[in-house]
Amino acid sequence: MFKRFRVTLGALSLAMAATAAQAAEVNLYTTREPALIRPLLERFTQQTGTTVNTVFVQGGLAERMAAEGTRSAADVAMVVDIGNLMELVDKNLSQPVQSAVLEGAIPANLRGPDGRWFALSTRARAIYVSRDRVPEADAAKLTYEDLADPRFKGRVCIRSGQHPYNTALFAGLLVQHGEAWLRDYLTRLKANLARRAAGGDREVARDIMAGLCDVGVANTYYAGLMLAGRGGEEQVRWGQAIRVVLPSGGTAINVSGAVVARHAPNRAEAVKLLEFLVSPEAQALYAEANFEYPVRPDAPLNTIVAGFGTLRVAGTSLPEIAAQRALASRIVDEVGFDR
Amino acid sequence: MRVRLAACLAVAPVVLPVLALAGAAAAGSGDLWPHLLRFVLPQALVETVLLLAGVGALVVLVGTGTAWLVTCYRFPGRRVLSGALVLPLALPGYVAAYAWLDVMHPAGPVQTALRRTLGLTDPRAIPLPEIRSLGGCILVMGMVLFPYVYLAARAAFRTQGVEVLRAGRAAGAGGWLLFRRIGLPMARPAVAAGAALALMETLNDVGAAEFLGVRTLTVSVYVTWITRSSLEGAAQIALVLLALVAAVVALERWGRAPGAHAVDSSATLQPRALPWPAGLAAMLACALPVLLGFVVPAGYLLWAAARRIGEFGLPPDLWRWIGNSAFLAGLATALALLLALPLAYGARRDTWTRMGRPGLGALLLKLGMLGYALPGGVAAVGLIIAFGKLDDLAASWAPVALSGSLGAVVLAYVIRFLAIPASGLDAAYSRIRREVDWSAQSMGAGSTRLVWRIHLPLLLPALSSAALLTFLDAMKELPATLLLRPLNTETLATALYAEAARGTYEEGAVAALSLVAVGLAPILVLACRATKPHLSLR
Repeated sequence: MFKRFRVTLGALSLAMAATAAQAAEVNLYTTREPALIRPLLERFTQQTGTTVNTVFVQGGLAERMAAEGTRSAADVAMVVDIGNLMELVDKNLSQPVQSAVLEGAIPANLRGPDGRWFALSTRARAIYVSRDRVPEADAAKLTYEDLADPRFKGRVCIRSGQHPYNTALFAGLLVQHGEAWLRDYLTRLKANLARRAAGGDREVARDIMAGLCDVGVANTYYAGLMLAGRGGEEQVRWGQAIRVVLPSGGTAINVSGAVVARHAPNRAEAVKLLEFLVSPEAQALYAEANFEYPVRPDAPLNTIVAGFGTLRVAGTSLPEIAAQRALASRIVDEVGFDR
Repeated sequence: MRVRLAACLAVAPVVLPVLALAGAAAAGSGDLWPHLLRFVLPQALVETVLLLAGVGALVVLVGTGTAWLVTCYRFPGRRVLSGALVLPLALPGYVAAYAWLDVMHPAGPVQTALRRTLGLTDPRAIPLPEIRSLGGCILVMGMVLFPYVYLAARAAFRTQGVEVLRAGRAAGAGGWLLFRRIGLPMARPAVAAGAALALMETLNDVGAAEFLGVRTLTVSVYVTWITRSSLEGAAQIALVLLALVAAVVALERWGRAPGAHAVDSSATLQPRALPWPAGLAAMLACALPVLLGFVVPAGYLLWAAARRIGEFGLPPDLWRWIGNSAFLAGLATALALLLALPLAYGARRDTWTRMGRPGLGALLLKLGMLGYALPGGVAAVGLIIAFGKLDDLAASWAPVALSGSLGAVVLAYVIRFLAIPASGLDAAYSRIRREVDWSAQSMGAGSTRLVWRIHLPLLLPALSSAALLTFLDAMKELPATLLLRPLNTETLATALYAEAARGTYEEGAVAALSLVAVGLAPILVLACRATKPHLSLR
């Protein structure tokens, strides 16, 4: 009985591996969670008839592409965080793409001048504050700098300083204010922490709800996901406990984006997929599916996200932030931020 | 000669990723080190050593203690507990960490209920110890990893030295004396092997430690690799980690202590009935680890999954994930057992012909453990580089590439987990008397016949628990599966991760629970098997 079960499983698995052999197709290596991009890809297949084969990878996507070399099946690599995007470019794993569609849809600061990378959506690193314990008037004026102020001693929650979301935020501050400033800032921020810098972004909201802390740092779309009930009923309460503040002096943003792989076997389909992803329809889906900000200036925001207020983006260039990540990460170590 | 060749072949794939990493490490400049030495490694080393010491002490204490109780005594619930003590193995450490944080969080069920009964409103009113700490991490990891020691120790207590134990009893030795002077020394190789596996698993973990805010060396490897995009630097730290592993392995050797562990046993020990207060205490002592390591986290998972299914329904691909997980892990287990046999046998032959000095066979066995020692994600990168190089070499004649195939995933599991059957069989071998081999050989039996006809039946209990552990580990394996699998292929672990990566693990609760459920099947088989009359070593 067990043997037969095993044989069936084997056949099943082989069949699955073999599904990727039809006509028009495009292979996607992605660090974006499958559930998030599935609706987008399904729409693409509906429209074009092109099958999208995906593999969801986390650490090591660039290493995998590099190791596979010319044999690589990857047509498009889709990643989160400007650092990962630039890594693909720096390791020469992407190829230049010229497309009027892409250039028309994506503002110049959100793509590589040579078409080696394209942002597809942006997200803001916001400040979450307790609705109960931080007055609205104070909250509206908050900046990242304020979180290190003594008045928030023992009241701040944040995930690991070494998490890419935070190193990108800190790298942005580093570009603006310099190394000495960042060192001092992180030392004071560390002194304000209510608990170890650990966990994820949603824990910030949960810990604020539970009263462990009053302010924290987390990405905007988590608030959208929680409030919309995507994480279940319980998380709606976490989301309701906080107010999302987009620092008015300039909000740090990061991007998700994609490149066409250097050795893409289906280059034409790859470009078509990217062009689809910046179409008004797909951009609206992006905004709705994951509560991100579309890169297309004319695409509508999700209503929950629109409720967070106007996003005034800090002017730092994204590749510059990517270049300063390593230094920011070193400073995080030096001040013992995660200890 | 044939044995050595087979052992070399078994070890070859394991060495590949290590070589690839060494290559990557050598390509780096080393300019990271002043910073690492000053700000990262001292603290990471301290946290890692403390974590290892804590988890090590906990698993040895709980694993050996409970194994002794269930083998030597009769008390209420003994039969059930004897099987249930293996259950925590089904839970991946990172899942247990998520669950415990949820359970103990100020907004979680325990504190909420406590506050309600005490009439408190301030969420900070109950100063429960923070689970996001080194202590919390030790407890969480220790409670899911102790079965490694428990399984090994229980098998050892059951199969060896019954006569000696009986003699001890006849001479009037009480329980504690019997345990300390006879039981424990005889079970030392098994306990050491189990503890070494648990410690390597601890070293390997990154999910639980990172989530609970413990900055281990392994976490530093990831930070260097991911946040600073320096694979070279990460590989360099990983090689330092390997030195730590060498220390663990040395501890295991020391734990074994040279001496005659090979004791024949021709009968099973009759457990002695305990009077009720002691019996109750024994029951509680065995029930508590099951509660902490399995019932609470798995129960919470069940509750979360039920809520999830109620709200969102069952994931449509669930059966496919289960099938993939079981198939890949099953295949890898079979292969790993097959490779481990010549390794363990080679080590037995070579230590023995060279008068106790580590010979080639013993060395090969240790090499075979290397794959288990590397942090999973880094090992995965080593593998992908190695597979890429192999594909490059074979490009001219091989029609298919290894990279991005299911074969790569299976091979990765074998490489990562060969240590489990290898060390298990090695420990079991140390309890088979040399005279057995000598008499077989004097009657003209060759190596193959000796291993096949005589050793294998004697090794069967060890083989089956090694198979279980390998299967479970392969099924729980995440980083290599994630990185190496082909397009459009998900396993339970990757599906769990894909859903959990978006936020809290609750979204992966259904996959996590299925992972536990699929893992339970072989555990139950093993537990049932163990209650049958045991194979004697005659």
